[in-house]
Amino acid sequence: MAEILSLHDAVKQFVNDGDTVALEGFTHLIPTAAGHEIIRQKKKDLTLVRMTPDLIYDQLIGSGCAKKLIFSWGGNPGVGSLHRLRDAVEKQWPQPLEIEEHSHADLANAYVAGASGLPFAVLRAYAGSDLPKVNPLIKSVTCPFTGEVLAAVPAVRPDVTVIHAQKADRKGNVLLWGILGVQKEAALSAKRCIVTVEEIVDDLKAPMNACVLPTWALSAVCVVPGGAHPSYAHGYYERDNRFYQAWDAIGRDREAFTAWIDEYIHGTRDFSEFQSKLARASEAK
Amino acid sequence: MTYTTSEMMTVAAARRLKNGSVCFVGIGLPSKAANLARLTSSPDVVLIYESGPIGAKPDVLPLSIGDGELAETADTVVSTSEIFRYWLQGGRVDVGFLGAAQVDRFGNINTTVVGDYHNPKVRLPGAGGAPEIAGSAKEVLIILKQSSRAFVNKLDFMTSVGHGEGGDSRKRLGLPGAGPVGIITDLCIMEPEAGTHEFVVTTLHPGVTREQVIAATGWELRFAENVVVSEEPSEYELSALRDLEARTAAAHGQAPGEA
Repeated sequence: MAEILSLHDAVKQFVNDGDTVALEGFTHLIPTAAGHEIIRQKKKDLTLVRMTPDLIYDQLIGSGCAKKLIFSWGGNPGVGSLHRLRDAVEKQWPQPLEIEEHSHADLANAYVAGASGLPFAVLRAYAGSDLPKVNPLIKSVTCPFTGEVLAAVPAVRPDVTVIHAQKADRKGNVLLWGILGVQKEAALSAKRCIVTVEEIVDDLKAPMNACVLPTWALSAVCVVPGGAHPSYAHGYYERDNRFYQAWDAIGRDREAFTAWIDEYIHGTRDFSEFQSKLARASEAK
Repeated sequence: MTYTTSEMMTVAAARRLKNGSVCFVGIGLPSKAANLARLTSSPDVVLIYESGPIGAKPDVLPLSIGDGELAETADTVVSTSEIFRYWLQGGRVDVGFLGAAQVDRFGNINTTVVGDYHNPKVRLPGAGGAPEIAGSAKEVLIILKQSSRAFVNKLDFMTSVGHGEGGDSRKRLGLPGAGPVGIITDLCIMEPEAGTHEFVVTTLHPGVTREQVIAATGWELRFAENVVVSEEPSEYELSALRDLEARTAAAHGQAPGEA
């Protein structure tokens, strides 16, 4: 059964230094508040996994929380580069970052394998690509029935997966909808799973076949309204495109970045205080 | 009507998408061209985005690959793993529509690094869905602005394979799809030459000279025997494109040129 906890307590209890952590979200429902809390609690030596690392991974990497990144596309969607990720890869700042690079199809299959309790995933991929030359974990397997040579990649099995969803009920059953990315697979492939939600309701009123993660498959549920900002939560709020654009200038410069983290993350107690501070700063402009 | 070279590129790319085809769409220029096709010559084109929407009909262009607009206008929204497993690898995609940072004479694509992989000059976003789209879609269209920095003699990194080393490379690699059939730029259209599968210029956009295209290409570019000139964008195509860009800019709070 999932415990209904504050985000502070959930991160403290379930995210350890050195863990492999997946904060998933495919441009929708990105668990920003949870990422901030990991930075606030100064977790370190994390191996971060995500198909599409974006701003929150830029912040975790720039804050020195990560020793390794497993990913398939790292960028600021619609804007450009992740400058903290680039600085870590190109100039080892603030510390070296090991990267393990895949394609989307590979990581999506690897999450399915993890959720399925399998050691590896099989897919038709990478023929002719240089990626297997730089990632020795991409191997091949021969089909015992047809002789076809296929790609084999290790399952993704995070110590902790963190996702954001629209709602939970009082028992901790979680409902999410819209663009789902690999959130369900990431949740079920992990040893522990924290879900932040927009709200807790008496009855999920979930349509049949909806994406519901049952409470007994989760570790903790935390109410964090707005917790996916600047991404969006379908039915709750829109994507804050201006924040993604503003991040480019903040992330580009080490000093501007450090000042922003000190002010907005270490200088706030929780996500709600962060939101108030951000709102005041944007009103002042 | 006067038009820009970018508009010519988008219109020329949109014309290549057949009505009723199933198209796996990359974000940015491919998404713009694919939606222009849907709004003009190919109303029944089926647009699939890797985030999960199938049959998306966005009224404004998405800024990110997983904008809510795509989900709301889709016939169905499935998980990303299902997109890659059932719909792409399952052989249901007719056209993969891709952009690139670098492309070579065989239509191979780099979106990973400029410079050495382990000591890169520029770290690019990475593969995303492209390697398997390039492998499994029945055919591939590539759209990007032409410059000698992008059209290189040798890729710094082979992220997604086009025609490999040319000739029967794809067959030897066991790739199911036919690979890239067109590179559409702001100057011209290139298509693979029969046999060698080297991309040669088959169409010049109006007013563009061969010298301009050669100067914007990093390999020794060849031209097809019969090079034709693109039909200028019609008023209908241009107004559909400009309306789409204006709606997009208004929705995302951008200046019209930014969309």
